[in-house]
This record gives sequence, structure tokens and C-alpha cells, in this order.
Amino acid sequence: MTAYWECLRGIVLREWLRFVLQRSRFLSALVRPLLWLLVFAAGFRAALGIAIIEPYDTYITYDTYIVPGLACMILLFNGMQGSLSMVYDREMGSMRVLLTSPLPRAFLLAAKLLATALISLLQVYAFLAIAWVYGVQPPAWGLLAALPALLLVALLLSALGLLLSNGIRQLENFAGVMNFVIFPLFFLSSALYPLWKMRESSEWLYWLCAVNPFTHAVELVRNALYLRLHLDALLICAGLSALLTLLAVASFNPQHAALRKVG
Amino acid sequence: MNALEVSGVGFAYGARQALSDLAFELAPGRFGALLGPNGAGKSTLIALLTRLYDLQQGDIRIFGHSLRDEPRQALRQLGVVFQQSTLDLDLSVQQNLAYHAALHGMPRREAQVRIDEELLRQDLAERRHDKVRTLNGGHRRRVEIARALLHQPRLLLLDEASAGLDPASRLALGRHVRNLCREQGLCVLWTTHLLDEIESNDDLLILHRGERVAWGKASQFGDDLGISFARLTGDEALGRGHVREALRPKRAEDVGDNETAPVRTAHPTRGVR
Repeated sequence: MTAYWECLRGIVLREWLRFVLQRSRFLSALVRPLLWLLVFAAGFRAALGIAIIEPYDTYITYDTYIVPGLACMILLFNGMQGSLSMVYDREMGSMRVLLTSPLPRAFLLAAKLLATALISLLQVYAFLAIAWVYGVQPPAWGLLAALPALLLVALLLSALGLLLSNGIRQLENFAGVMNFVIFPLFFLSSALYPLWKMRESSEWLYWLCAVNPFTHAVELVRNALYLRLHLDALLICAGLSALLTLLAVASFNPQHAALRKVG
Repeated sequence: MNALEVSGVGFAYGARQALSDLAFELAPGRFGALLGPNGAGKSTLIALLTRLYDLQQGDIRIFGHSLRDEPRQALRQLGVVFQQSTLDLDLSVQQNLAYHAALHGMPRREAQVRIDEELLRQDLAERRHDKVRTLNGGHRRRVEIARALLHQPRLLLLDEASAGLDPASRLALGRHVRNLCREQGLCVLWTTHLLDEIESNDDLLILHRGERVAWGKASQFGDDLGISFARLTGDEALGRGHVREALRPKRAEDVGDNETAPVRTAHPTRGVR
């Protein structure tokens, strides 16, 4: 067991050191959600108030509404980016070193996914701190309660990213991922607008949003931030995380990428 | 028991056969050189040895452990230095080594002892806290060798480890690895496309288009390894290119060198001077 613990510790520590040393990457990852919050939401704030909906106890402003969705957006980008870099790296670079470890490959990949997820959480909390100063202030205990929810969502999205990059050749560049994965997941969810608003404009768009796993991720985090448990969202996210991690680990094979290149 | 046993290994990228029925073995404590022009199948073999790719045909045994059936036991015996640097440039030497020790599940205290030992041996103790980015190519390679040896493997694999180094560093690296081989009883598999990195006492495997075209002691190839290599790979021009590259650094008068000039003789034990 010690070997597994030391290995996990080493992988997480390395991600931490890289995170500390690459401050510019950290800051640029914060710019995107902050633009949404400070510019986009500010513009919409005047036009759009949100009626009382779960889990909020009162009318809320638009910027309050979108903070959980933006927190999940950070995890979405990081998850996809992290997993893609694992794919780029697997033929050369750090993944080759990781894979020469004698510990089981499934464990190494899961540890790597977990390490990436933990580092993403730091970015989310930096964003939540700025949002707090800006005026979006969920209950202080909510910030703590959201931690496991955010971790689960981070794992879910990293596993999804790894699975996609294992299987689909066209996704080997980030622009493709943005267009075909990140944007649809993000816009067809409850991150930017409540689903009942979506239903008013289109029934089928509403259904697309309702089955989108990212909607459940956002709602899990939103409820946790306001000290509520959204059991359905929790079960869906936990089940999907386990399933996608299993599929991603099982389908991870650098050989497939090499064969695809020539095939 | 052989340190490395490759038997009947074949690998294809779709329709393109990269390795065909490859077989050779290395005894413990031997220095094995794997020589081949680009595209010979060296990288594919390294990918198979390091378990990046799964075996399609045949088997590879490292100190008796099959990579197919007991990959974990096999990998424990193997240290690898990859062709392209795989160090984290922004991390210090110590941090890079500690990460590798963790990947092998070594307890921290034991890892630190091993890191101290290896840094001393590689003459890098004073650079311990330097970022890898600040080290020159030769030193980076030595960090990678220290890293590859941390978990005390019995087989060390170096994939074109001298690539990108200046002649002096290249020579020093070769000498260093041979010392490890002699003094520690380490078995080494050294892949290269440079003839002058091969010494007469080495076990030499020549690979061409995925096939083993020669296997034996380097001294058996006669005085002129360059000619043997050109003959064996069936491409005299290619062989001559290698001889030139191996014999001397490029000089001004080499420019415009007549391509039909006779092949220069190369002695396998002769290095770059």
C-alpha cells in the first residue's frame, strides 16, 4: 500500500509544483471566467433578474446565478486541456516516464486524473474568492460544502476528456474540442440560464439541456454552494464519473494513437 | 538467466511492418549496442521494451520476467533514458528525481538516500537545487541517467542518449555508461545510429527495415565496421554517410565533398577526436 500512496503523493506533488511554477498559466485560466462574470454578467444583470428558484431563497441577480456555472467552466476547460495534454504527452515526454512505473497503469492514470482535478480546484477557489470580493457571496459553509462536489465534477470532466481523446482522432487539437465538446456542453446546460427559461424558448433545446451531464454537474455545485444536496445530480455525477473513468482507463492505449496516425 | 531476451518480436503499424521476427539476448553485465539507420525499427523496439506499445507478436523477457505476463516485475528491473528529454525543465534536479522515486513507490527516506547516492555518483550533488532548465545538455543527460538508476534496475536502456550532445559530452557520456556497466555489473542496451559509439567488445545488433541483419560481438565485424554496416544495410551511400559522421566533425572542406569518393575506413574502437 505504501508504494501506491507514495506514487499518488508524488504525482500530486508534481502537479502542484508545476502549478506553482507556472503562475501565468494559472492567471490566464482565471481570465476566462472573470470576463464572463465581470463583463458578460454585468451587461446582462440589468436585463435579467432570476426569479426565486432552488436553491436560492430570494430573487438573485444574474451574476449570482452564473457563478456556479463559471466555476464548472474552469473545471471543464482544465479537464479537457489536461486530458489532451496526456494524449500529446503519451508518445514522448512526461507520460512515457509515468508509464514506465511498475505500478498498474490504471492506478497511474487515475492518480493523474485526481492530481489534475485537485489542482483545478485551486483555480476554482481563486475564482470564487474574486467573485466574493465582487459581491457574489454564497454562505461561507457553502464554500466548504461545495468542495467534494467540485472534486467530483473535476474528476467527471477529466475522465470525459481522456475518454474522448482516446477515441476520436479529430479531437487531437484543442479547437475541435472547443467547438464540438466544450461549447455544446457549456451552452446546452443550466450554467448561463435556468432550464425553465430555456423551455420557454424551445422544448427540444430544454431536453438537450436536461440530459446534458454538465447541467447536473452545475446543479450539484450550485446546490452545494447554498448548502443543499441535489441527490439526483449527485447520483448522476458519481455514476458517470465512475463509468467514464473506467472506460477512459480501459481504452487508454498509446499504441492506438500510433496506429491511427498511419491508418 | 539473460538480462534481456527478445524472441520472435514483430510489430506492424497497420500494413507497415516495423519489426519482423526479431530475436536477440543480452547477458547480465554486457554492453549491447543496437545500431540502425533512421526507420530501422529502433524506436518501435524501445516503445515495446518500455511497454508504451503492447506486444503484437513474440515476447520480451527482462531478467526472466515476461513483459506480456509479468509487466510489473519486468519494469522493476528496467531503467530508461529516452531519446527526447523527459525531465520537467522548471523543476529542480532533486524534484525531478523525487518524482521518479515516487513513481516507483519508494518510501521517501529510502528515496532520499538513493538520490544522494546517485547525485554523488553522477557528480551532480552541487546542482541538486538547480532548475533543470539551467543545466547544459550533458548534465541533463546525467540527471536522466541518475533518475533511471534510482530504483536500482539491472538493465539500463538508453535510446539515442547521445543525440544533440556536443562531441566531448558524447564521449564522456559513453565512457560513463561503460563504467557503470563494468563497475556495477549493469546490463546496458544502447541504441544509436553512430558507428563511433561502438567498441569492439560490445554485443552489436544491426537492425535494418525492421529486421535483424547482424548480431554478434562488434569485433567479429572486422576492422571496418562502416563497410560492414553499409554492406549489411544494403545501402552503401547511407553507410558512407554514417562513417563520415562518425569519424570526424564536419569541416569546411567537407562541403562539396565528392559523393563518389571511396568509403573511409573506420575502426570500430575509434571515437571522435
